[in-house]
Amino acid sequence: METISILPPELIRMVIAVIIIITFLFVNAIMMGYAERKIAGHVQRRPGPMEVGSHGILQMIVDGVKLVAKELLIPFNVDRTLFRVAPLLSFTPVILPLLVIPFSEKLQARDLNLGLLFIVSMGAVNVMALLVGGWGSNNKYSMFGAMRAVAQAIAYEIPILLSMLAVILMCNTFSLKEIVGAQQKIWFVVLQPVAFLIYVIAGLAETNRAPFDLPEAESELTAGFHTEYSGMGFSLFFLGEYTNMFIVASVATVLFLGGWNGPNLPYGEYLGVVWFFLKVYFLLFLMIMVRWTYPRVRFDQLLNFAWKYLVPFSFVNLLITAVVVKL
Amino acid sequence: MLESEYQEQNRFFLNMGPQHPSTHGVLLIVLEMEGEYVLDPQPVLGFIHRMHEKMGESRPCPGFMPNTARMDYVCALPYNHGYVSLIERKVGIEVPKRAEYIRVITSELNRIASHLLWLGAYLLDLGAFTPILYGFDDREHILDILESVTGSRLTYCYYRFGGVYQDIDDKFVEATRAFIKRLRKRYTIYEKLVTKNIIFIKRTENIGIVSPDMALRYGITGPNLRGSGIAYDVRKNEPYSVYPEFDFEIPVGEQGDCLDRYMVRVREIEQSLRIIEQALDRLPDGPVRSKVPKNIKLSPGDCNFAVEAARGELSYYLVGDGTSTPYRLKVRVPSYSNLSCLPELGRGILLPDLVSILGSFDLVIPEMDR
Amino acid sequence: MKQYFSELYTGGKSLVEGLGVTIKALFMPIVTVQYPREEIDISPNYRGHIDLILDPEKNTYKCITCGMCEKSCPSDCIKVEGKKLEGEKKKTLVLFELDFTKCSLCGTCVEVCPVSALEYSQDYNLAAFSKEAFYFDILKRLEERKI
Repeated sequence: METISILPPELIRMVIAVIIIITFLFVNAIMMGYAERKIAGHVQRRPGPMEVGSHGILQMIVDGVKLVAKELLIPFNVDRTLFRVAPLLSFTPVILPLLVIPFSEKLQARDLNLGLLFIVSMGAVNVMALLVGGWGSNNKYSMFGAMRAVAQAIAYEIPILLSMLAVILMCNTFSLKEIVGAQQKIWFVVLQPVAFLIYVIAGLAETNRAPFDLPEAESELTAGFHTEYSGMGFSLFFLGEYTNMFIVASVATVLFLGGWNGPNLPYGEYLGVVWFFLKVYFLLFLMIMVRWTYPRVRFDQLLNFAWKYLVPFSFVNLLITAVVVKL
Repeated sequence: MLESEYQEQNRFFLNMGPQHPSTHGVLLIVLEMEGEYVLDPQPVLGFIHRMHEKMGESRPCPGFMPNTARMDYVCALPYNHGYVSLIERKVGIEVPKRAEYIRVITSELNRIASHLLWLGAYLLDLGAFTPILYGFDDREHILDILESVTGSRLTYCYYRFGGVYQDIDDKFVEATRAFIKRLRKRYTIYEKLVTKNIIFIKRTENIGIVSPDMALRYGITGPNLRGSGIAYDVRKNEPYSVYPEFDFEIPVGEQGDCLDRYMVRVREIEQSLRIIEQALDRLPDGPVRSKVPKNIKLSPGDCNFAVEAARGELSYYLVGDGTSTPYRLKVRVPSYSNLSCLPELGRGILLPDLVSILGSFDLVIPEMDR
Repeated sequence: MKQYFSELYTGGKSLVEGLGVTIKALFMPIVTVQYPREEIDISPNYRGHIDLILDPEKNTYKCITCGMCEKSCPSDCIKVEGKKLEGEKKKTLVLFELDFTKCSLCGTCVEVCPVSALEYSQDYNLAAFSKEAFYFDILKRLEERKI
């Protein structure tokens, strides 16, 4: 445990890192929101937002202003504390995993030697945010939506953990920096394609994105756990969702796609971040395309898929990895 | 049951209310639910009752023409066709051959447009956001073709007693042939994106199975009946207009689940394209409208005419009393009977399955309520 | 057991094919039109609200105020009034009003007219702030078009 007298340069570095990361989160949400609407438009053979700014560049900023300016409704007879806390619970813990992700060789806020475990536990806090939001809305349909979301999140935690374990077995470490370092010769996606696929699918389900988006796009009946939220509360939930997507994509890049490894650039220790972002945004592009292509799965089919398909495959994969590593 | 017993057993009532994204109109379904399962769905109709039949009985018979298109606005030309043929049968007016061919071509184009819209809306209920826009892209071509000859895009008032209002020209024939070629190339898109998609198949296979016996008991017609295995189509079993001259098949499903009803409609689009091609090849020359007396007097007695609309068998029933205003005009719409099997079909199913079943029945609520 | 794997294989293949369709559509040109900024031409057969035909030789309407259009309209939206002026044999048209809020564009008035005095206009982007803006004074519209 560190002593109280932390050297000032380290503290200043952490503060700067946190500020940069929070700014980056907002910029990321704006860019991803814009990219999603434009990609959705072009997949549907239409242009997407075009009015605000040339080709709709300022659309997300205007939307943000609109959401902030809306009245913060608090419905009758709700538990006021829980109702207000839920969006904060959804948005705040997503900042922390970004502190341990290695954007490039020298750009990492803090390299914990249990980095991966830290990220996984932060993901579990998101489940609690859903439950608090659903319960605090005093609406029986929001509660149903929240319970379904919790069941979905819990069911898909296990394939994520098992596929991560396969990579950890190969590297003998939880530290993200060393995992990326071990991929200089060959990326792990070549050695563990099944684990990569399982991780991406389970990650989609963790972040409640289509085709697994029952908790949020329940246009069938209830509007999910965030029915009663308006304005800033709603936008915090969505900031949390986009950031969760970013975290899933960056962990997938770090574990399987080789992190910041790529053809050499000048100032490679810092500019490795370019390769990192290219890979992350490629995965995010795939996630957005998947949303606009497939219909929604039914709830019991969702749980079926997790327990009967993903978990056995990831167990078998883990077993094979363990055997091969030992030999 | 007592309220306390209800709450113990986790039962509650839910309104799949008049305003809902998945009911395709203003339809209220009161669901008695137990946890996730629907025990008893009861539809409540009448939210968009506009008294079309009363209007039919209070104005002279030519004045009812705009109403026919407003009852089912998605597939309006068969409604026009039924009413116009009813009066022609009652009074005894001959229709020229060219007019009959034009009626068949435009009705089949409208049927294709209706099925494309249904496909998109069904997938929108299931959560896929792009096929509806691909369907609308194709449908836009049909609407442009029909606009160039009828003057409207959705609520057509094109047929008249004794023929059609305006003749078609070469541009129409060219545009229709180009459209047929284009649509045949687009089949692969729908097949790859929708028909073979495993998520879609899982949402529609073995769901909402309508046995042939149940279908006959409730009077279900149209693609819903054909999906259950019974090959009944008004165009073949009680032929009208010039349909006997064309060679087309009736697609039939096997099991009666949602996937069968979907496949029947998709194959019907191809059969409609075949009818249009044959009609365009054999289009005769001649007048498009025969002489009709200015004041049509309906002799006392009744008359009936049935056509195949996109949703099933549509029939008109007229009782005349000597004046030019009908004494009674009744419209038998297919969606009303199609919906009536929902209470029996929807017992003990999950809620997303109910949405899938409603979508596969292809209901249009304004036609149900008239 | 075999069905488990075969379902997985066909399912996975179908998902990849579906994704291929949307990725291909991503690069195809758009088919929509930014409506208020660009407009498309409509067909000349388009049925807008009715207008009196301007007879080029007499530079006036052809209407003989018989009132057939008024009688045959199923929605009662046409009002025609004629007045017999001094020294004229036929009546002159004084008022021709169309209540477009009730019109269903059936075309009965255009067909029933014995002298074919009515035609369809091509106005389609009509929007106004009050209901009264849709009580069209067809005679005034004709006067504005006179040469």
